[in-house]
Amino acid sequence: MAGWLDWLMGQRNKSADQAKERLKLVLINDRTDLSPAQMEQLKNDLLAVIERYIAIDPARVHITMSQEGREHRLLADIPLKPAPRKR
Amino acid sequence: MTASVITFTSGKGGVGKTTTTANVAVALALLGKKVVCIDGDIGLRNLDLVLGLENRIVYDVVDVVEGRCRLRQAMIRDKRLPELYLIPAAQTRDKNALSPSDMVRLCDELRPEFDFICIDSPAGIERGFRNAIAPADQVVVVTNPEVSAVRDADRVVGLVEAEEKGPARLILNRVNPAMVKRNEMLSPEDVLELLAIDLLGIVPEDENVIISTNRGQPIALNGKTRAGEAFHNIARRLNGENVPLMKLDDRQDFFSKLARMMRSGGS
Repeated sequence: MAGWLDWLMGQRNKSADQAKERLKLVLINDRTDLSPAQMEQLKNDLLAVIERYIAIDPARVHITMSQEGREHRLLADIPLKPAPRKR
Repeated sequence: MTASVITFTSGKGGVGKTTTTANVAVALALLGKKVVCIDGDIGLRNLDLVLGLENRIVYDVVDVVEGRCRLRQAMIRDKRLPELYLIPAAQTRDKNALSPSDMVRLCDELRPEFDFICIDSPAGIERGFRNAIAPADQVVVVTNPEVSAVRDADRVVGLVEAEEKGPARLILNRVNPAMVKRNEMLSPEDVLELLAIDLLGIVPEDENVIISTNRGQPIALNGKTRAGEAFHNIARRLNGENVPLMKLDDRQDFFSKLARMMRSGGS
């Protein structure tokens, strides 16, 4: 059983998988003309704007790029902090 | 008769564009189609050499466009086949000697006389590439299962779409089934998922390609090799036939899965 698991882990780390993962990221950058640094900046700006209006939980924020065919979509999952009751 | 213009391009150099253009053209001619190839790589011509017609060049495509000869005079007939012609590139000029509208006019003149016009695009995404895709009815992107080739192919697919010449279809060249099996080479499925375009064919790595190119006899001329068979299948698909992907050694289940992907439109 352990041997089989090792084999499975080994398979997942073969060079073809690395190639695919690296390409996925680089193709998103190429297609959107957005470098990883700019992407990071976009996330920060986006959160800053939202934070002006509502309290969010920055530790649980997920902003990702999803691909469907040759179309990309920016997905933002931004959990809000429970608003403190003032009354 | 009105020809379909097929442009073979890749972005990256050295992936087998010229070899693919030559062999698909030969295979189409063996199907009884009337075919003309145009070498779009001005200054670095090679389609003549791969086809084995390098000794018969008198005029080239720039001579035609600049009016130094008639179109007929620049067309070299391949005597091994009933109806295959080559219009060679100029070797001592640069890619600015032609414009996209020159290529459109040239193809419009050829269209009524042929079934297929196969254009071999130069590497890169500048003038030569734009010349090659300007007259295209369909664009075929050739790539290898390697990170740099796939990345460049993706750029080209995007540019082809932007020029409204899409959707491009993919030929994955030089696939090594043993390496794919060991998971040390991107599989055709991986590449299709990354590029998100339809598959036209897979050509296995085959040392006979180099041997036949050494001799100036395109591998598709004597179709008893893996790569030769792959090029014949591609030609039949371009001719509108529904040809299943060939089985490569022991990768039967894997390739039949791919065949299903192709039938469902590749994605």
